[in-house]
Amino acid sequence: MKRISAQAVTKAVRDMCISANRYQPEDVKAAIKAGEAGEDSPTAKEVFRQLSENIDLAAGTGLPLCQDTGLAVLFVTLGQEVYVEGNLSEAINEGVRQGYGEGLLRKSACDPFSRKNTGDNTPAVIHYDIVPGEALRIAFMAKGGGAENMSRVMMLAPAEGWEGVKKFVLTRVAESRSNPCPPIIIGIGIGGTFEHSAKLAKLALMRKLDDVNPEPDLAAKEEELLGLVNRLGIGPMGLGGRHTALGLKILTSPCHIASFPLAVNIQCHSSRHEEVEL
Amino acid sequence: MAVYEMKAPLSDEDARKLRSGDVVLLSGVVYTARDAAHKKLNDLLDQGADLPLELTGAVIYYVGPSPARPGYVIGSAGPTTSYRMDSFAPRLHSLGVKASIGKGIRNEAVKQSLKDYGAVYFGATGGAGALLSTCIKEAEVIAFPEMGPEALRKLRVEKLPLLVINDSVGGELYVQPDLRAAGL
Repeated sequence: MKRISAQAVTKAVRDMCISANRYQPEDVKAAIKAGEAGEDSPTAKEVFRQLSENIDLAAGTGLPLCQDTGLAVLFVTLGQEVYVEGNLSEAINEGVRQGYGEGLLRKSACDPFSRKNTGDNTPAVIHYDIVPGEALRIAFMAKGGGAENMSRVMMLAPAEGWEGVKKFVLTRVAESRSNPCPPIIIGIGIGGTFEHSAKLAKLALMRKLDDVNPEPDLAAKEEELLGLVNRLGIGPMGLGGRHTALGLKILTSPCHIASFPLAVNIQCHSSRHEEVEL
Repeated sequence: MAVYEMKAPLSDEDARKLRSGDVVLLSGVVYTARDAAHKKLNDLLDQGADLPLELTGAVIYYVGPSPARPGYVIGSAGPTTSYRMDSFAPRLHSLGVKASIGKGIRNEAVKQSLKDYGAVYFGATGGAGALLSTCIKEAEVIAFPEMGPEALRKLRVEKLPLLVINDSVGGELYVQPDLRAAGL
């Protein structure tokens, strides 16, 4: 049995909120650099150049990468042999409260109807997974609203299969055009139930851009669909170019024999997420 | 495609000479407003009340900045997605607003209002909020302070880098997705 204090959880979450909003992950930085080199259009090159300059400026000044510092989304993987001393959910929310407050991050959480801001960016959206072992892993994502708004869940007919997935994803990206801050990253969840597919799609966005799906069939599908997305030519900021998306990641799960749940979670180029193990 | 240095508020002449694809380095006064502030302005107009800003020639920046750090006038301040303001924009253009700054596509009603009233829609680079904030030299909340990041702010900007997306003669810079190339 491993004991972890609520304070340690709060501190870890606080630090991730601040750090993820300030430092772009290396895989995203590299993709943006490569994007600039890979475009012919001066406009597309200029967008990538500005994004790289923005990344350097944020790291150097402590300004957040984007004014939309997101709703806080956390995936908690809790080992069964871990005993958290205190209230785990409250410790996470306190970390978000401190991170967004002390980090001078924007508080974007509000009541859906009154639109009244909760004032501290809580409550966070927290997903829990219980696993064997003595580790507590917490992954944090700052999820901006513009790209999230372009995301959809669709219950396909099973007969539609992969062709149906491609058509739905491509149509979604085409309709979104410049809205979600392309070049985007596309998280796709397939299977499970209505809500599980959406969770898988978000989890897919936690993967590194340069990882390769361990299942060869899915790796091939990711490559094929990313290629098709980029043939749309929407390009950086919708101004045209070779990079409409920097990455496309698929996670799957078995589903009901009657169903083919499909979730498409769109992420902007400012893919801000971190993970810590306590 | 031309590069202009322009001063806000924008004159009718300046706004009308811009064409999609032009680069504008904008200096002067710009107002910030997102969905909630637009709704409030719209309500004030319905009531016939005075507005907290002068609309003639006004440039409205769709942005909700992050809080300012010590020694800075504002936090990160890049554009938010514009379509959420589409239902309000034509009325504001009819009352003298000459430009909005955002990112993402506008609907036909907004594009028509740009033609009707000689206005333009500027795009700024989304997700470059730290970089764009360096062009903001002064910031002051002038209305709706209770709305926090959604308050109406008056900014003084210097050489804010903008692209003309939609102009006053029906031009548009955003590309149409190539559905056929993608197999759709």
